[in-house]
Amino acid sequence: MVSVNYYLIVGAVLFAIGVLGVLIRRNAIIIFMSIELMLNAVSLSFVALARHLHSIDGQIMVFFIMTVAAAEVAVGLAIIVSIFRLRGTVHVDEIRLLRG
Amino acid sequence: MTTIFFFIFAVVAIGSAILMLVHRNPVYSALFLIVTFFSIAGFYFLLEAQFLGIVQIIVYAGAIMVLFLFVIMLLNLRQEVRLPIGQPYQVMFGVLFSVLLFLQLFLIVRAGVKLGRVGPFSPEKINAAGNVEVLGGVLFTKYLFPFEVASVLLLVAMVGAIILGRKKLPKEF
Repeated sequence: MVSVNYYLIVGAVLFAIGVLGVLIRRNAIIIFMSIELMLNAVSLSFVALARHLHSIDGQIMVFFIMTVAAAEVAVGLAIIVSIFRLRGTVHVDEIRLLRG
Repeated sequence: MTTIFFFIFAVVAIGSAILMLVHRNPVYSALFLIVTFFSIAGFYFLLEAQFLGIVQIIVYAGAIMVLFLFVIMLLNLRQEVRLPIGQPYQVMFGVLFSVLLFLQLFLIVRAGVKLGRVGPFSPEKINAAGNVEVLGGVLFTKYLFPFEVASVLLLVAMVGAIILGRKKLPKEF
């Protein structure tokens, strides 16, 4: 049986990789994927702690995280597509203006 | 046996997450992220959360990543692929800060934060009743209101995606 701490450390590594992706990549789609990776890292910690503490609430939280992630991806990708139509790029350093 | 599978999943998840990060082509990044999501689903099976493991594969690896791949293929990113990943100072500070973040999280885990009360759902009890049954029972009683709110959220996201994805906004907006 693997201790809960190992799962939490794997979650921490995945979260740090997600943060690194947001910090160093300049492609909006890759930044978005890194955010998804961070959400998954947190979900993994939720499930590990739910099992450790003999509780089902952590699994319900992961269920809601997945729902919110699905909604977020649909809207976020629609925004990226409309920015690409407007500017012809998804490079975040070149998207500086707030007005259309 | 569980330990061997745990380390296999851990290596695959972290390795493909790093490959997702360093790959220049977004299509390959998306494919490596799918591999990471599959190994996280493997972790859920090891933690005896079978329903979440299946939903992880269906929703994340299936629906969300297919949406990502659709958008990547919709956009023409040919000139962006040739650009470097980031400025050198960005990469340097990014690596520094994320390593520091990981060290913080590691120290928190090692120090052993005081955890909450132990609940009534022991793994044996969940397995005896069935994972899906216990999850559904709690979801439709204790968490019924958040469940309804989540359905409204999905409706709003659907309408928002259609409005944003239209070719041109109509005159009255």
